[in-house]
Amino acid sequence: MIPADLRYTKEHEWVRVDGDVATVGVTEFAAEQLGDVVFVELPQPGRQVDQFAAFGVVESVKAVSDLFAPVSGEVVAANERLASSPELVNQDPYGEGWMVRLRVADASQLDALLDGAGYEALTAEA
Amino acid sequence: MSVTGPRLQPTLAERSRPGRGTPIVAHPPAGALDRIPADQRRSNPPALPELNEPEVVRHYVNLSQLNHAVDTGFYPLGSCTMKFNPKVNEWAARLPGFAQLHPLAPDEAAQGTLQLLWELEELLAEITGMRAVTLQPAAGAQGELTGILMVRAYHRDRGDEGRTEVLVPDSAHGTNPATASMAGLRTVNVPSAADGGVDVDAFRAALGPSTAAVMITNPSTLGLFESRIGELLDAVHAVGALAYMDGANLNAILGRFKPGEAGFDVMHLNTHKTFSTPHGGGGPGAGPVGVGEKLVPYLPSPRVVREADGSFRLERPGERPTSIGRLRSFVGNTGVLVRAYAYLRSHGTALAEVSDDAVLAANYLKHRLAGSYDLPFDRPCKHEFVASAAGLRRRTGIRTIDVAKRLIDFGFHPPTVYFPHTVEEAMLIEPTETESKETIDAFADALIEIAREAEDDPERIRSAPATAPVGRLDEATAARQPNLRWRAMTGREMPCPT
Amino acid sequence: MPFGPHTPDDRAAMLAALGIESVDELFADIPPALRASPLRLDPPDPEADLVDRLAGLAARNRVDLAGFAGGGAYRHYVPAVVDQLLLRGEWYTAYTPYQPEVSQGTLQSIYEYQSLLAELTGLDVVSASHYDGAAATAEAALMTCRQTRRARVLISRAVHPHYRAAAKTYLDAAGIVHEEVPLVGDGPAAGTTDLGALERLMADRDRPVAGVLAAQPSVLGLLEPMAEIGRLAHAAGALFVAVVEPVSLAVLAPPGAYGADIAAGEGQPLGIPLAYGGPYLGILATTEALVRQIPGRLVGQTTDAAGRRAFVMTLRAREQDIRRERAASNICTNQALLALAASIYLAELGPHGLRDVAALGAARAAELETALEAAGAPRVHPGPYLNEFAVRVPDADAVHRRLLDRGVLAGVPLATLEPGDPTVADGLLVCATEMTTPEEIGRFAAALADELGSAGEGSLRTDAGEAAVNRRIEVATR
Repeated sequence: MIPADLRYTKEHEWVRVDGDVATVGVTEFAAEQLGDVVFVELPQPGRQVDQFAAFGVVESVKAVSDLFAPVSGEVVAANERLASSPELVNQDPYGEGWMVRLRVADASQLDALLDGAGYEALTAEA
Repeated sequence: MSVTGPRLQPTLAERSRPGRGTPIVAHPPAGALDRIPADQRRSNPPALPELNEPEVVRHYVNLSQLNHAVDTGFYPLGSCTMKFNPKVNEWAARLPGFAQLHPLAPDEAAQGTLQLLWELEELLAEITGMRAVTLQPAAGAQGELTGILMVRAYHRDRGDEGRTEVLVPDSAHGTNPATASMAGLRTVNVPSAADGGVDVDAFRAALGPSTAAVMITNPSTLGLFESRIGELLDAVHAVGALAYMDGANLNAILGRFKPGEAGFDVMHLNTHKTFSTPHGGGGPGAGPVGVGEKLVPYLPSPRVVREADGSFRLERPGERPTSIGRLRSFVGNTGVLVRAYAYLRSHGTALAEVSDDAVLAANYLKHRLAGSYDLPFDRPCKHEFVASAAGLRRRTGIRTIDVAKRLIDFGFHPPTVYFPHTVEEAMLIEPTETESKETIDAFADALIEIAREAEDDPERIRSAPATAPVGRLDEATAARQPNLRWRAMTGREMPCPT
Repeated sequence: MPFGPHTPDDRAAMLAALGIESVDELFADIPPALRASPLRLDPPDPEADLVDRLAGLAARNRVDLAGFAGGGAYRHYVPAVVDQLLLRGEWYTAYTPYQPEVSQGTLQSIYEYQSLLAELTGLDVVSASHYDGAAATAEAALMTCRQTRRARVLISRAVHPHYRAAAKTYLDAAGIVHEEVPLVGDGPAAGTTDLGALERLMADRDRPVAGVLAAQPSVLGLLEPMAEIGRLAHAAGALFVAVVEPVSLAVLAPPGAYGADIAAGEGQPLGIPLAYGGPYLGILATTEALVRQIPGRLVGQTTDAAGRRAFVMTLRAREQDIRRERAASNICTNQALLALAASIYLAELGPHGLRDVAALGAARAAELETALEAAGAPRVHPGPYLNEFAVRVPDADAVHRRLLDRGVLAGVPLATLEPGDPTVADGLLVCATEMTTPEEIGRFAAALADELGSAGEGSLRTDAGEAAVNRRIEVATR
């Protein structure tokens, strides 16, 4: 199921905005495509990331994929649990498998993202 | 954890018992190490296992039998050319004159090996149509780096500093883009055309004053000859870039296509593919690189030089300042090169038949699979071809990985799977010229049978292999919690038994 | 074709199935203008002729000499069991264990290699092998840059010149600055890495250092102050790479004990023939902290679907076939068979056998030192060594050449190894191993004494002899 209350990139990241903090992860579809996630490389808090630029890397047993920022902002937290439990990305991609929290610089950037229906349409094509 | 499979083996550490061993060298005199300062000495002997020779032999013989190998059965691993490795080549490499020669022996003590290397360079230059060959690179990937570094040096020497890009088709081996990065150049991935070949128009669009080189595998990783290669080479040279050929698939075109004649500027060869040197469970290989006239000055040093009097010598350090330098120690993987030389001498003019038979076998096998698997490219292949289980997957849910594992139960090594990335559910199949028609037919029968099973008994395929020493592995846990060494013996006191 | 199985009937049947007359039709996609000129090759050698040809070439190499050459490749006794086991086709003719279910032999053997080398080096993570000591050293230097995100590497001049050259090639390609740390000129530490110079090179805060590379034993055979070099490197936030010789690790402090972050080295001494330079075995080991930076394959332990222990290639997503242009290295084919040889060698010798090999070499080297000194060739450096050292011989190159005629490979003239270094221009680098016999030492010393003596007596028949005399006079009057 694709949560309707989130926004999505075409590269399969989701973002949930709460005040000026955006929580970012990868979608269930992406996690399934990757297979068993074994490693997630995330930025240190304090780093600035730009919308649609790569901010990290997710590795599965046989694939590797960049992580793209849905919005620009400063990294305020990275999910440290993923270091020892990368399987959370597969088990709970929209919850405990979150990756970074960003302080949103410009909320209007959200308009450039897909909504749940748009993302569902994207993945239906694949 | 215990070892529970009937054919599985305990580790050397688990077999170890204090006090066991086999006398190999004499005991040193007491005090042999007294001159070594105490703080430089090892306080505890390394915790290596203690075994006697009969156990060492059982361990390794039993372990070896867990492997599938060319010597035990068909191994159609596409892109790897798993052909027969002649035994006389092993004999040759072990001749004391070759095996015991010190790499820093002076030239006058190394005339036999130097002559062999020089002749091998000449033979490879003739086969590839290249002006000169270096034998220094230790493997194909190091050959690629050698080639691209020469390209870089060439442009630099001409004051052409802005060439920072390497164009690579998306079907290329991963080593090509990885090599470009190691050489400090940026990879530009160019999509393939619908017919599987390089998209000449896309290449044209990407070529420009910042192009240092294009890297083309020909025949391609799809096993297809790049028919428009002439146009592509013209376009590359028109913008002042150079053309690199990945020679991984040379086994298909011996005597039919000489890359140097066709206009490639540089290429590498894999002796363990085309020239039958053993794959050794992952290596060693050797990656000779051939170059056209333009790149001769940049060849790695030292080269083998033939003097007017017919003697041979190595270049001295600094003798050819234009050289890109060294990629490794000493002259090369000489032991491997002796085997490649033996192979070339045993084939001589018959070398073209190698490719004829390799290509005939691949086309025949491909023909046999029509109707059971998708064959995305409807044209003659070269020494290998891509089949796909995409249709099978849609009909039955059985994927290429399942087909591969089930092949093991039929006694075959699976083909290369999920490569090239440009074909969904890819199986890259390379039968080679040394497999008989009976073997090829038996393999085709097995694949056809598996396609049938996919409809009737898919669970059997999903749970395969049933006959291998182990079943499918938990690769996720292996990567999430890496266990890369034993620790059972670490820190153990290792009292000397004598 | 020598190894082709097809009968004319087989070929006819395959062509018929394809509906073609000739195999030429399968090559119709090669544009006529690009088709190859005829192959100008000799007729095939039948096996009996091939054997003659190869035996003839091998016989032109001189391996009858009493050999004292080291310089990165060492003559050791290889137990018969090593090659006997290695020759099994199941090892020789398998490839990279992509399909673990039918590759458990190779996979377990690599896991064991990783474990054995981990014990030997005192480090935790060992790659499944690199091409040779030089390539492993170059990869180690690159690792330090990836880990620290710095772009400057310092390499001691006492690291083997071929390794320095290879590292230069790799580092230049990657746009990384590399500088050499000079050696102490005289005094008790002569020939070892100059710690003061190292400290000064690292003091430049604007150009932070990623890694410091030093060798133990050094290319001159000397023991280096590894712990101090490591401390200096770490104090500047750099990583420390120890370039090691594996047999010596049976008796010398291992890299893990003196704080090295990475160990690189040449595995040839572990049961691998000299073979004029290869194939050898690049050792690369590191700490768990750097596991994601180490290039090359890694094998890990896991279980199969039925819970049985099994081994598999792991952390694969670092490698070129998956990560492509962002891979840590382009390495694909490695030296698995040589890693296997090293493992069998270590299993056969065990901890005490390996110690005996190292200690016996050290004992023979001491005998060699005494004999050469008596013959007129004293050591160049005063510091401790294990089994290799440099001696001063007037006109070393010419003497080395003449000793060949007396059946002695008198080590390696340092002028050929370090052509840019005048301080070792008249040095011979000599080594002894457990293979070195007292008889060989005697032959070397006697021949050398003879050469030096005859040169000293004014034998001016040759230019070389004259040069030797002049040099000797120069040395004597210095």
